[in-house]
Amino acid sequence: MPLDLVLNVVISGVLTGLVYGLMALGLSVIFGVVRVVNFAHGEMMTIAMYAASVLFAALGLDPFVAMLPIAAAFFVFGYALQAGLINPFITRPEHSQFMLLVAVAIIIVNAMLMIFGPDARNVQVGYQLESFELGRLLIDKARLYAAAAAVVATAALFGFFRFTLLGKAIRACSDNYLGAKVVGLDVKRLYALTFGLGAACVAVAGCAMVLLVEVTPSLGPAYTLLAFVIVIVGGLGSMGGALLGGVLIGVSEALAGLFIAPSAKSMFSFGLLILVLLLRPQGLLGRRS
Amino acid sequence: MKRRVAALAVLAILLLVLPGFAGPYALSVATLILYFAYTGQAWNVMMGFAGQLSLGHSLYVGVGAYAAGALFFHYGIGPWAGLWVAIALCVLLGVAIGFLAFRFGISGVYFALLTIAFAEFTRIGFDHFDWIGGPGGMFLRVAQRDAWDLANFRGPPLMYYYTMLALTAGAFALCFFLLKSRPGYYWQAIRENEEAAQALGINTFRWKMLAVAISAAMTAVSGVFFAFYYNNLFPEQIFHISRSIEIILGPVIGGVGTLFGPILGAALLTLLSDGITEAVAALGWEIPGIKQVFYGLVLLLVVMFLPHGIWPPLAGRLGLRKR
Amino acid sequence: MSLLSAHGISKSFRGLKAVSGVSFDVPQGGIVGLIGPNGAGKTTLFNMIAGVYAPDSGEIVFDQSRIQGLRPDQVCAAGIGRTFQIVKPFAGLSVLDNVIVGGLQREASVPGARRLSLQILEKLGLAAKRDLPAAALTLPDRKRLEVARALATRPRLLLLDEVMAGLRPTECDLLVEVFRDINRHEGLTILLIEHVMRAVMTLARQIVVLHHGEVIARGAPGQVVHDAAVLECYLGEETQV
Repeated sequence: MPLDLVLNVVISGVLTGLVYGLMALGLSVIFGVVRVVNFAHGEMMTIAMYAASVLFAALGLDPFVAMLPIAAAFFVFGYALQAGLINPFITRPEHSQFMLLVAVAIIIVNAMLMIFGPDARNVQVGYQLESFELGRLLIDKARLYAAAAAVVATAALFGFFRFTLLGKAIRACSDNYLGAKVVGLDVKRLYALTFGLGAACVAVAGCAMVLLVEVTPSLGPAYTLLAFVIVIVGGLGSMGGALLGGVLIGVSEALAGLFIAPSAKSMFSFGLLILVLLLRPQGLLGRRS
Repeated sequence: MKRRVAALAVLAILLLVLPGFAGPYALSVATLILYFAYTGQAWNVMMGFAGQLSLGHSLYVGVGAYAAGALFFHYGIGPWAGLWVAIALCVLLGVAIGFLAFRFGISGVYFALLTIAFAEFTRIGFDHFDWIGGPGGMFLRVAQRDAWDLANFRGPPLMYYYTMLALTAGAFALCFFLLKSRPGYYWQAIRENEEAAQALGINTFRWKMLAVAISAAMTAVSGVFFAFYYNNLFPEQIFHISRSIEIILGPVIGGVGTLFGPILGAALLTLLSDGITEAVAALGWEIPGIKQVFYGLVLLLVVMFLPHGIWPPLAGRLGLRKR
Repeated sequence: MSLLSAHGISKSFRGLKAVSGVSFDVPQGGIVGLIGPNGAGKTTLFNMIAGVYAPDSGEIVFDQSRIQGLRPDQVCAAGIGRTFQIVKPFAGLSVLDNVIVGGLQREASVPGARRLSLQILEKLGLAAKRDLPAAALTLPDRKRLEVARALATRPRLLLLDEVMAGLRPTECDLLVEVFRDINRHEGLTILLIEHVMRAVMTLARQIVVLHHGEVIARGAPGQVVHDAAVLECYLGEETQV
């Protein structure tokens, strides 16, 4: 197997992995703060992809441009979901909340099936066929731009949590719910904000992803599971872990696709999930709670 | 007490004579309801009794179905022998998953994810497993559909209906007796508070494993039934996470941990969803996915407003509560 | 004759020494109180006896067998029952069913466990509430349920972790009577952690005082209450016995 081919595949895996990482970041942020396991995460990603494809088909909007309105819309949607559906049931046991989101996921997937049908959709832009040449390596333009968008969004999120007052308030909630309430933080509103942010991440990731793959309704559950694998491998609640996990999964999927069979790549991810759950459940960068 | 026995007797009689006045379509719907009631009850043993959330139960249905199916397909071995292989394999799998999970202290949502991972891993694995037909599927030959051939489990829909009825009744009885005896008490204690249970002398690891083993064994039987009823198996279909979710819908909506919950839930869901499909078809539309959206909505509403399921408040209304 | 003895028990959590070289005895049929300021290591000590964690070093001997490192369910089978500082009822089960779970430890069948449980509920004044869901009980009743459940396992040694906390003086006195009674008539040995001096001083015949994970005093209640070290770190002023 020529080294060039392997390297190209690895690079491709890293770039795709960064987009996966952004998607998983949304999940990690939501779980890390609100402690809700968003079982509808992949489904949200799929809606974003459909939204981007619709905007492209109707208005000719490049997905990178569509990212802004879609992310904004998703922020609102995420906020509303948390405020309206999850916050009122925050005292319920973990299983209940999980089921709630399972229900939401089922509704979303099948609503998309009803609206868009089972056939695949995609976005066709010029630069998808172009690539950069770096010596003997070929880097897809679309993939590079997508990864760049993911990195920018991630940096923005890091900055938000580290440097803004609101971001610090949210981190306080995740560290100590009661303590945060006692110092007067409106925890429920902050939770809603966080879910909104997580949803916005997913939106950006989805717009980026639609340039790389075709979208079908069944991607929803697949991405949900992928997001969980990444977040658990990288460490629940660790933002850096989500990115690292994303890249790892992206690369291993790409390599598995190259060396084994393309359809077996997810099998590898699940195997990895099982291993991590057993041997190091806090993930690579997570803290043992 | 008398009321409960009377209600149960009425239900039993109704179910026994149902074929007498139900058409073939209704009979197949009834069989499906019983299938989900039975499988839901099997899942309930793990969740409702021992408190372990499994979202990967399609694993056992699939392995059970393929085990018995493959033995029949390749060697002509009948379902009654294949049944034992199916059960043995599923128990082994369940025990392996349970052991890994409980030894490493994985519970709650993480456990659910682990079960999903195993099911998905198996789904993709079987897609590449040529001996059982791979993605193209496995088709069991059906010699005849008229006479009751219990040995090969072939016959008219009536046979399948009564078999499923017997299985469901058996599951009900089994769970009833388990609940009243040591396993039932111990499982519920573990479900309510595992630490306190340990302090009372309960080896929680062993009892959780038992729940997993029984649940897996019961679900294996479902799988065998599935194989010989539908006679075609596809990994993509039978191991899919939607199957796992369908299995849990009945108990969750009816009432996890109760005896009647899974049966009620299965009945409600199947009847209503069938109603919807019929209504939509009558209007001349064909909308893929509408049934599942409906499932999702019902699940959402139940989880939000009736967290213990429909059966407990209903039982209260009908005066069928225990105390 | 010593029923339980601890020899040089130590336990650290991530570098913090919670319990350090603790040794003491609980005589058969005796009632020993374990007191000390918060953070002294009392519950950690209990948890080690009960099998929740193993000590880093030292031995715990119960009825002439070493029990350190055993699992909680094995410790119960050996004959030690315990209650928790924060009560852990089986909320979804009835009061009677809660106790039956305990009773099944020694009784082979459910009817047998049921009979035993009813007797114990009677003794603790919970018989009238036996069919109520445990979640519906008030705190004092939940504490009594916790004790009833542990008693149903027919322990030879009962570990009580701050069982009087939150009880009114009259309720506290009632419970003290129940323990005195079982100790006298059935020979149940009791080791209790308490902050409520009223209970400890009347119930315990021997007291062990812990501070910063070490034993700083031991003896009869009358002695310990005058001990300078104990007064300084915990009791503050002379407590009437």
